[in-house]
Amino acid sequence: MADDIKTAVTIPLGQLPRGQKAIVAALLETDENLDTALRELGFAEGLDVSVLHESPFGRDPIAIGIGPMTVALRRKEANIVMVTPV
Amino acid sequence: MNHPVKVAVVGNPNCGKSALFNSLTGLRQKVANYPGATVERRSGSLLGMSTVELLDLPGTYSLTPRSPDEEITRATLMGELEAEDLPRAILCVVDATNLSQHLRFVLELKDLGFPMVLALNMTDLAVREKINIDRLKLEQILGIPVVETVAVRKKGLDEIREKLLEAVKLPKLDAKEPEDVRSRQNRARDIKNEVTLSEGIGHKATRVLDTVFLNMFVGPLILFGLLFLIFQAVFSWAEAPMDMIDGFFGSLQDMIAENMSDGLLASFLSDGLIAGVGSVIIFLPQILILFAFILVLESSGYMVRAAFLMDRIMSRVGLNGRAFIPLISSFACAIPGIMSARAIADPSDRLTTILIAPLMTCSARLPVYTLIIAAFIPNTTIFGGTIGLQGFVMFILYLAGILSALIIAFVLKRSLTKSTPPTFMMELPKYQVPNWRYVGIGLYERSRIFLRRAGTMIMGAMVILWVLSTFPAPPADATEPAIVYSMVGIIGGWLEPIFAPIGFNWEISIALLPGMAAREIAVAALGTVYSLQGSEDVVAGSLVSMLNGAWSLPTALSFLAWFIFAPQCLSTIAVVRRETNSRKWTAFMVAYLFGLAYLSSFLTYHIASAIL
Repeated sequence: MADDIKTAVTIPLGQLPRGQKAIVAALLETDENLDTALRELGFAEGLDVSVLHESPFGRDPIAIGIGPMTVALRRKEANIVMVTPV
Repeated sequence: MNHPVKVAVVGNPNCGKSALFNSLTGLRQKVANYPGATVERRSGSLLGMSTVELLDLPGTYSLTPRSPDEEITRATLMGELEAEDLPRAILCVVDATNLSQHLRFVLELKDLGFPMVLALNMTDLAVREKINIDRLKLEQILGIPVVETVAVRKKGLDEIREKLLEAVKLPKLDAKEPEDVRSRQNRARDIKNEVTLSEGIGHKATRVLDTVFLNMFVGPLILFGLLFLIFQAVFSWAEAPMDMIDGFFGSLQDMIAENMSDGLLASFLSDGLIAGVGSVIIFLPQILILFAFILVLESSGYMVRAAFLMDRIMSRVGLNGRAFIPLISSFACAIPGIMSARAIADPSDRLTTILIAPLMTCSARLPVYTLIIAAFIPNTTIFGGTIGLQGFVMFILYLAGILSALIIAFVLKRSLTKSTPPTFMMELPKYQVPNWRYVGIGLYERSRIFLRRAGTMIMGAMVILWVLSTFPAPPADATEPAIVYSMVGIIGGWLEPIFAPIGFNWEISIALLPGMAAREIAVAALGTVYSLQGSEDVVAGSLVSMLNGAWSLPTALSFLAWFIFAPQCLSTIAVVRRETNSRKWTAFMVAYLFGLAYLSSFLTYHIASAIL
């Protein structure tokens, strides 16, 4: 089990299955400073996140739970956030 | 110096700034539960102290603005607004249930060097969520006074006032070099961990409600069901009060007929004033029902969920879910709708939203729709008696507005207002039981505006219209009703050829002119024109029966189609001009709406004439 954690894969948040808990590993830097915008909205390394809801139409955008907050994002922007499923 | 010192009220969206501002100033600033509810700066003096003026600023997550409303906040704090002197202090409002997120912004603000007071707001919710914060420790770490408040219950106000009076006497320090977001995040989290005595359990109700409202299957059903319910309610709930108002004005006219001899004064009172103004006031119940629904949607937090559900559909036309909120607000009135587009980050998205907002059927069009529907659509039920046909037609009219808005956005975003694909990032705030006091204030304000308009602008327009419809007097050998020989009849005659191809008679053509000032005046104008024209027994009946006799069904349908697009009221045009800061785009909007109105009426009239 300890090995799992060490070799834990990080995936983009946009690919995290709904209901699966994860921890934010990193925010990728982007040209448009979207990573800064996401930080200002409340994303930060080490926080628990999970995909709470998916849009009924094409499953995009998604609603993400970060701590006590819920934030809606399109998958494209969510993919800037890399997460480690736990 | 007698100038009051300014204190800026700042914080993240949805932390209760405006509610606290209202409680502290006694003003009635709009309060709603979605990011971007406040898009302007408003000011008011601190209750009982004319020496301190509070500035309510739009909520923002940082001092790096991402939309025009957030820019206002930044510019105010940086002293970039010319006419305004810099605020002397900051009242920073934070949500006690989401401390680490809000503290990040507090740290950023603190670096600006202003004396600050921190309002730890929503402490009642924090208690319910079993969050326990060590206020004194927070005060000590930040080095600024921290006051626990519950803005909507007016808790902690005296203490805030006291601390603010102390704060404005302190000097402003030099601004520090801003640190990067990441280290600020870390500092905020460290502070939060230090001052939090017990972590919360989260807002359970929000999680539960979201599993319903954002459910893949039930969510959209609830959204569309809700919209449909609103239109049904506007029609059926308002029936009784509208009948009462109608009866009241009818008996006023009867009274005049009985007690005054026929003559100019009696005609002026009965046909000019009562028929005109009364035919508008009758719609107050409908407008209030519509506003009540929209206010409840806004203050409960549901509006943001609707934006989430609609994002995908909006993205198909090149906009994002954010734009859904201004568009829904435009159902009440396009003006606040257009203003709230300031919360949209992308300039071209914002422009597109402004340009299509007038297509959302605003409440001023309700009188027009209601009148024509009542006169021409039978009051029966369809689909096995479950749905009223009249409400259904109303729904179709709204739908036509929405669909054409989407189509026009689609075309615009691929041609004139092209931009990079927009992003959609939005916090979904906690659900709240609507604050009934604010809903009540909202409705009261709306009634006041509506009645004042009926009493001033509409009444004035009706007086002018009555004069123009009465003079010059008809020749002695007149065979037609007197109005035909009046100024109105003459102008109507000029306009008639323009509107004849879309099935409008001269009475309608003349009603469209004052209708530019406010759409409901078109109804009032019809009331006056037909009242003057009719024989005595027709005048006794309502406008509904008059129209029923005077118009063909294709004309009525064409009139409805005209008002789906109808050129905007003057105040909307003025707001578009101000918000886009472009004469070109304003002219473009008026032209395209006018063109579409004419085209759709033309098609409606000729297709309906061919079929019926």
